[in-house]
Amino acid sequence: MAPKLPPQHNLQHSSTAVADGQAHHAHPAQPKGILRWLLTTNHKEIGSLYLIFSLTMFFIGGIFALVVRAELFQPGLQLVNPEFFNQMTTMHGLIMVFAAVMPAFTGLANWMIPLQIGAPDMALPRLNNFSFWLLPVAFTLLLSTLLMPGGGPNFGWTFYAPLSTTYAPPSTTFFILALHIAGISSILGAINIIATILNMRAPGMRLMDMPLFVWTWLITAFLLIAVMPVLAGVITMMLMDINFGTSFFDAAGGGDPVLFQHLFWFFGHPEVYIMILPAFGIVSAIIPTFARKPLFGYASMVYATAAIALLSFLVWAHHMFVVGLPLVAELFFMYTTMLIAVPTGVKVFNWVTTLFRGSISFESPMLFALAFVVLFTIGGFSGLMLAIAPADFQYHDTYFVVAHFHYVLVPGAIFAIMAGVYYWLPKWTGHYPNERLAQWHFWFSIIGVNLTFFPMHFAGLAGMPRRIPDYALQFADFNMLSSIGAFFFGTSQLIFVLVIVLCVRGGKKAPAKAWEGAEDLEWTVPSPAPLHTFETPPVFHRSSH
Amino acid sequence: MQNRQQAQAAGVRRTVIRSLAALLGMFAFAFALVPLYDVFCRITGINGKVDATAQSIVHEEVDTSRYVNVQFITRGSAGLPWQMSVEMRQMSVHPGQTAEVDFTFSNNSPYETWGRAVPSVSPSNATRHLRKVSCFCFEEQQLQGDERLTIPLVFQLARDLPEEINTITLVYTLYPVQETLRHTSLNGTRNNKKAARETI
Repeated sequence: MAPKLPPQHNLQHSSTAVADGQAHHAHPAQPKGILRWLLTTNHKEIGSLYLIFSLTMFFIGGIFALVVRAELFQPGLQLVNPEFFNQMTTMHGLIMVFAAVMPAFTGLANWMIPLQIGAPDMALPRLNNFSFWLLPVAFTLLLSTLLMPGGGPNFGWTFYAPLSTTYAPPSTTFFILALHIAGISSILGAINIIATILNMRAPGMRLMDMPLFVWTWLITAFLLIAVMPVLAGVITMMLMDINFGTSFFDAAGGGDPVLFQHLFWFFGHPEVYIMILPAFGIVSAIIPTFARKPLFGYASMVYATAAIALLSFLVWAHHMFVVGLPLVAELFFMYTTMLIAVPTGVKVFNWVTTLFRGSISFESPMLFALAFVVLFTIGGFSGLMLAIAPADFQYHDTYFVVAHFHYVLVPGAIFAIMAGVYYWLPKWTGHYPNERLAQWHFWFSIIGVNLTFFPMHFAGLAGMPRRIPDYALQFADFNMLSSIGAFFFGTSQLIFVLVIVLCVRGGKKAPAKAWEGAEDLEWTVPSPAPLHTFETPPVFHRSSH
Repeated sequence: MQNRQQAQAAGVRRTVIRSLAALLGMFAFAFALVPLYDVFCRITGINGKVDATAQSIVHEEVDTSRYVNVQFITRGSAGLPWQMSVEMRQMSVHPGQTAEVDFTFSNNSPYETWGRAVPSVSPSNATRHLRKVSCFCFEEQQLQGDERLTIPLVFQLARDLPEEINTITLVYTLYPVQETLRHTSLNGTRNNKKAARETI
């Protein structure tokens, strides 16, 4: 699938790009210092801002998780009171979903989509600046609720009514506002990405020539446009229930709390694919590069992604098997959920087949991508177990669910983001990341992740409920292992920061085509990519796939 | 080159307008789901919400070959100082048979208050086969301070109740009715001949 450009053309083109960039930016009006970052409309700078923001939030959300794990290290209540524990579980989820994973993918999209389709920038650069700067506002507001009287949100990241309405702390109105702002940010980002992909591709690049990262992001952006307004609607209804006396979710006034769950998961299930589809795209770029083979089944990858996105609208009630759904609905949602395993299986098959008889090398991006394939598949299998409605009656709201979604989100989404960062760092900084440190980071992470989340399967199957600060004694060993793993994993992420800092400051120089097997358009511009690239659109040459 | 840029700008504008239209549509759809959900549930009865109007007794042959256990659960709620109790926790009836059971509401406060008992039926696919001939749940109730009110529920299980249902649970939850939201249902309750009012 990857476009193959004649090297001489690339070099020629790159040099003109550099010259253009310099000529363009000789004028003195370019703001300096903090204003440069506040006012930038450059997709690369905004991409970096998104990624730095996301990394910061990853650590803040991580600290919240460590508070939770520290409390659960031993049975009994030791460190924090249950009210604060609830705020920590809630904030950990909210921050990781909305402030770490989603902005990281948007950052990667900002950096890489214009480079991969041969566009000079995003379609709407000023809107791009606005979407980013909404995020620090939203999450400063959200984090500040922890300091308010009554504390921050304590109802779980799923904020089920009436916990989040009738019984919520007074700060909930700020939580709603923060989520509105974050939602507007992702919606604007999605519009920008769709407008860029549909209108700004290099001449000759058809949709079916686009790299898979671009494809998966296009589909993700459509999902965002379809479901973020539903989230906005739900939290607006909450706002009205809390402040204006309506009864959307209040049975006393004729409302229905179950309606909240339907609306929330109608947003929430596509949301989990929003957090994984771009990861599929990253892995689909890395595996062919380091297997030195074109991706197996490009077209089936595109159709599988689209199928997953469509099916994601038909499965929401599998989160609600125990609310008292009629048997017909239980069966319907059980079968549609299991159906998702088919396109996902196609993807895993394609990745494995790409590896088959490839000339594989194991640099850090590839290690993370391979770990993604294996561990995400484990998360997929536990998802299939949870999809079985009668079995879910046992698993529901236990640590088995926690194990499942952490397997698809941590060694799933987050490992893919890290793989992408290691893969594209040479393009961003002009230096290779320190491979030895990156390998340490990988091995510590993979041990930490499995030590943290694997025992949760057993604790959950044995009946340990989630979101509770204390537990019965028989779960003590599993929890101690999980807590040790969590601190091990959390600490080892400092290596990640170290690698990035070192890589920005120096290191082995990277050529334009930093990886031997890398074929997409971004590898035709010099490393580091100059501020302005593809000001004259590149000529796209189609390879046969 | 110039043409290409103009075409691009026009394309971007078109994409943005369509995306914004889709956004507004989905936002409206989220709110439209609220009434749609109610309609869907009323038609199918799948969330256990019972029709809040009286249905007439259908005179059909009682199916004596089969007993169905009907359980009654009553629950209070925050903000309403009432207690609700039922004459018997469960009873066995034949499909087609008309049955009656007394519920008692007592106001434990010295003030006049309004409340409403909201029913829910489980399993939900029994909802449409439970016919209520007369029920206090059709209207809001008013209780004077320290008053006790006994009202019967008259119901009938339809003959076509699915075979696999042997137990039906009827839950009544009391909710306070705010002064401003109250409907004019006072007469309905007062005129109910079977309602027996007394002061505790």
